[in-house]
Amino acid sequence: MRQLILIAVLVFVSPVTPAYGKSGHYEAVVTEPFLELHTGPGRGFPVFHVVDRGDRIEILKRRTDWFQVRTARGVEGWVRLEEMAATLDTAGRPTAIDDPTEEDFMGRRWEVGLAVGDLDGASVISLNGGYRWTRNLSTEMQVGDISGSFSDGWLTTVTIVHQPFPEWRLSPYAALGTGMIHIEPKATLVSTEDRTDQVGQVGVGVRTYLSRRFMFRAEYNSYLVFTSRDDNEELDEWKAGFAFFF
Amino acid sequence: MESRLRVFLLISLSAVMAGCSLFGRDEPPMTEPGASKPVISPEVERRDVRKPKIDAEDFKVGAFAGLISVEDFGSETIYGARASYLVTEDLFVEGTYARTGSLGLTSAEVLAGFDLLGDNREYEYYDFSLGYNLLPGETFIGRNWAFNSSLYVIGGAGQTSLGLDDYFTLTFGAGYQVLPTDWLALDFGVRDHLFEIEFTTGQKKNTHNIELTLGFSVFF
Repeated sequence: MRQLILIAVLVFVSPVTPAYGKSGHYEAVVTEPFLELHTGPGRGFPVFHVVDRGDRIEILKRRTDWFQVRTARGVEGWVRLEEMAATLDTAGRPTAIDDPTEEDFMGRRWEVGLAVGDLDGASVISLNGGYRWTRNLSTEMQVGDISGSFSDGWLTTVTIVHQPFPEWRLSPYAALGTGMIHIEPKATLVSTEDRTDQVGQVGVGVRTYLSRRFMFRAEYNSYLVFTSRDDNEELDEWKAGFAFFF
Repeated sequence: MESRLRVFLLISLSAVMAGCSLFGRDEPPMTEPGASKPVISPEVERRDVRKPKIDAEDFKVGAFAGLISVEDFGSETIYGARASYLVTEDLFVEGTYARTGSLGLTSAEVLAGFDLLGDNREYEYYDFSLGYNLLPGETFIGRNWAFNSSLYVIGGAGQTSLGLDDYFTLTFGAGYQVLPTDWLALDFGVRDHLFEIEFTTGQKKNTHNIELTLGFSVFF
């Protein structure tokens, strides 16, 4: 009975992990005439070893576009992505390597970014994160740190972003949202108190894919600060930055 | 007359043909009853491409300590933490946070004989930078030791808190990184933190704050 269970388990498990060796690492077979091992993960690190065609290697880990491998003789070195992709797994299929492309960018869900810019004369650094619900629609949140000649503060908003042409190389988007702004006058100025007000946000921007998980963003936002005074205040913001997608 | 008729007939014929071609577009192509099955029936087996689970180490976190020369205030020890994401083998993004102990009195304070800032004497900053590994290669120590190393340049922006105020700060620098093992990096870096300070009199000036640090980080 125990043997039967064991066989059943083996049958069930074996097609899932054909390419993993005894040590639990993924195994590949060199099919090109040779495979070069570098001392480090980069083109500036010298080649110190060559693996022959037909030899097996274990893939230990990955750093950017480089893979650390161990040969049957126990030599460890780093292999370039292009060379790694030219190997086969132990079942004879090409080694499938995750290489983020523009296609992955189109299908992205999460996005985290950083931008620097100008908010009505003050400098602003903002962190933003977003989730894409459909091809065109996403929700974003930003937290900005403001520092100007007269005041410091922070700004945080949640927006709904519409991207009408996600497939364009330079794809425009529009944002609409609300949040809070906090302004603290500089210590060098006498009196005037700190204040926290609600803001409304309208913005437009563009996004373009750079490489791997990287994109560039530039945007303009107009904020309407609902102050407790008689008149509302308008702030213009220009900023640019980078973002990653997951 | 005859040629005119011919033209008329040709036009009407082409019009009828064009009209006819509109019909039956969506219908499947006609097959003869009892037509034989295709000679080879394709049995395409769907292949699942499973991406291998390979541990990716594109992040690096670490701590550092060093010396910063805060303009007008003198030098002070600084401690901080760094986190990096390696975008490519050349390019990386880095976030840094660091702070000093209590800074000394400025010359103006010493001469005037009073303490202007009181308890708010820390220099504290955070920044986000983009770095580039300019010279990747090996460092040799003696005949038997070779370590992977790289010289990088870095630049970014952040905020500095000094005294009672915050300042938008630009950061530039370079560093030298040595990897004794694959997962550990030792780092020696120089950074200039540049920001504009404003006095109560309304006068402005740019201050350069040079920092020297020694640190380590771990890849994961």
